[in-house]
Amino acid sequence: MSERERVSAKAEMSSRDQGKDGEARLKGIISEYGIVLVFFLFCAVLAFASPYFLKPKNLINVLRQVSINGLLSIGMTFVILTGGIDLSVGSILAFSSVVAASFVSTAFPGRTEAAPIGIAILASMGVAAVLGGVNGILVSRMKVPAFVATLGMLSMGRGFTFIYTDGMPIPKIDPSFLVIGQGTIFGFVPLPVVIFIIAFGVAWVVLYKTRFGRYVYAVGGNEKSAKVSGINTKLIIFFVYVISGVLAAIGGLILTARTTAGLPQAGQSYELDAIAAVVIGGTSLSGGQGDLRGTLFGALIIGVIGNGLDLLGVSSYYQQVIKGAIIVGAVLLDSFRKRND
Amino acid sequence: MNIPLLDVTGLYKSYVGVPALENVSFRLEAGTVHALCGENGAGKSTLMKVIMGIIQRDRGEIAVKGKSVHFISPRQALDEGVSIIEQELSPVPDMTIAENIFLGREGPGLSPFINYRSLNRRAGEILATLGVDLDPRTKMKRLRVAQTQLVEIAKALSYDSDIIIMDEPTSAIGAREIEKLFSTIRRLKAAGKGIIYISHKMDEIFDIADTITILRDGRIVEGGPAADFDRERLIRNMIGRKIDTEYVKNNVPRNELALEVRGFTRNGEFSDINLSVRRGEILGIFGLMGAGRTEFLNALYGVTRADSGSVYLGGEKVRLTAPRRALRKGIAYVTEDRKESGLVLVRSVADNISMAALRELSPFGFVQRRRELAKVDEMISRFSIKTPSSGQLVKRLSGGNQQKVVLGRWILIDPEILILDEPTRGIDVGSKHEIYSFISDLASEGRAVIMVSSELPEIVGMSDRVAVFKEGHLAGVVDRDNVSEETLMSMAV
Repeated sequence: MSERERVSAKAEMSSRDQGKDGEARLKGIISEYGIVLVFFLFCAVLAFASPYFLKPKNLINVLRQVSINGLLSIGMTFVILTGGIDLSVGSILAFSSVVAASFVSTAFPGRTEAAPIGIAILASMGVAAVLGGVNGILVSRMKVPAFVATLGMLSMGRGFTFIYTDGMPIPKIDPSFLVIGQGTIFGFVPLPVVIFIIAFGVAWVVLYKTRFGRYVYAVGGNEKSAKVSGINTKLIIFFVYVISGVLAAIGGLILTARTTAGLPQAGQSYELDAIAAVVIGGTSLSGGQGDLRGTLFGALIIGVIGNGLDLLGVSSYYQQVIKGAIIVGAVLLDSFRKRND
Repeated sequence: MNIPLLDVTGLYKSYVGVPALENVSFRLEAGTVHALCGENGAGKSTLMKVIMGIIQRDRGEIAVKGKSVHFISPRQALDEGVSIIEQELSPVPDMTIAENIFLGREGPGLSPFINYRSLNRRAGEILATLGVDLDPRTKMKRLRVAQTQLVEIAKALSYDSDIIIMDEPTSAIGAREIEKLFSTIRRLKAAGKGIIYISHKMDEIFDIADTITILRDGRIVEGGPAADFDRERLIRNMIGRKIDTEYVKNNVPRNELALEVRGFTRNGEFSDINLSVRRGEILGIFGLMGAGRTEFLNALYGVTRADSGSVYLGGEKVRLTAPRRALRKGIAYVTEDRKESGLVLVRSVADNISMAALRELSPFGFVQRRRELAKVDEMISRFSIKTPSSGQLVKRLSGGNQQKVVLGRWILIDPEILILDEPTRGIDVGSKHEIYSFISDLASEGRAVIMVSSELPEIVGMSDRVAVFKEGHLAGVVDRDNVSEETLMSMAV
């Protein structure tokens, strides 16, 4: 198109889009990579504040701790991108983890020897898929608001967990299972971190390279337009909740392996950290906007802050206040950025 | 000499060095209608936003009734007697008509309690002056686009301002309502109010305007008494080029039936619709507000379900229970309201254009990005979509360009049948011409086109046959040879 038309087109846009301007360009970089910069900023501050922070053992510890929340956050990203939310991931994690534990523990009533861990893994992911599927059907077909449906599942899932275990932990897990949470690759990279990286990689490909990923963004951006464009919106919404459930199950496997027991009270409030990671990462709760990289760094920031504050001996009560402030601060920054549109 | 109601001198506004308005001067006298014309992107909406205090000017003076003003919020403009009917409708969907009209001034005084009876009564009175038969207690989300626009008009009028800006106020409403609006405007004129009227519709401008000003690329190119202008001169100045005919028609309908609908009924919306479209034909659908045209299209495409009736494609019976099924049968649907059901505003131009074609572009589930971007660029150039890049968020584009994005999406899937609901609503003359020639080309290639429109000249100019809807049923189908604006209108009322 002609120079005249291009200039005309630009006049219609807000100033933030004139990428060639120095000031606008800087703003562009900040909005693209802001979360990464903030993360490194936090790390730098903590490195100064505590000599233990940058020690390799500590950093590996942080990564291992972040893995579980990281997995949940990936699933949560998919759900929030469609404009929904999943409050039940903590409960699904718990239920699926006690199911897994029940297969590989000799202490579980009726079990004389541990089943192959493959069976345990499949079983736990299976029940999680079912619970996630229930969420999916409630939200996509029965038009139950996501908040309400998953709130119900949060309660029911926890209830199932206590019923299944009769309220008691399942100890004596077969050692072959424990490698999931305690094993390492190359002698120092914890298996949970590897699992997380693989899951992240798969999620990345699905979200950014496949038709399904596009549809997730479209449904979240404007469900009606997506439907008119021929997208099976109900199916997409159904699947993101299944994905969320399955990732929670994987998180549960890692947690069980680390704590060496199936604990019915596991995962309580885990959904909050998952949502926090997604939100800090810049994904909009109204759907259609956001990305996995943001979630990754959101989860890292939460992990790093928690770890740093631990090293500095800050009481966990104060930590909660700080974490809350960060979440609100991140969203404020984000809306401030978006207001310039 | 009378002090003008509104006096704008030497206005400048730029966005990071790119000018949107340059040295714009404009005057509105009391008791007149001053029309402002220009293509999309000419600066009309920017000018109005500056006047209303929604955005700030860089340079220049604005005086309201002789008093120099500098509004930093629309509230101030309203207080000084300036109100606006915006082009893009944005009501509060879960509130009622009355609540929307009086939003922010439920009054009286500081009382925390709302007198709903008084609110509804007053709202009812305003609606009556516009000839609108709606219960003020109806929630906005239940209204059709046309009705929403009427409420928006009522709201602006309820401020009883001296200066009323109307930005494309008739883009969604039917002929009968337009007449009511115009008689209201004439009454306002007689009462000494001033109206700035922005529209693409030539007929309306010549009907109602006393003065005309033309904006092009942010500058005033011409202005003067309406009597001094004619259609051709107006268009020429808006575009800067000569256009002989607006409508393009070079298709010849073939004999094969592409689509046939029998006994189509949806309770409460439309009943017993029997229509057919042949290959290479453009079937126009005309009707007043509430006639059921859009409802019919939604049911046809599977967005909603018809209660009875059948659809045949190329002679074969089909069940179009969801849009994706219609899509797979080669039917495309450009909806009436692009923001509500056409576009995904937070996504890019490229994403929006490729949205319906992703199935073909992803043979193993993975999107072939290069192929996708090539096809997107093809659509951008084919429709001359003004955007700095295909990665631009669609919400930043002007209305006309947004509409072209929607068209681009549907043309990309190479449809056999194209359904268009008000395809040129809110689009400048130059782009309209492009779209007409595009529709004509599609039809001459052998596709079937169904076009719903409220613009009589458009329907008469483009259609091979016209089906007239009236209050939910088919009043009749008229051949091109027998069609005229009067015939169609008389069948529709």
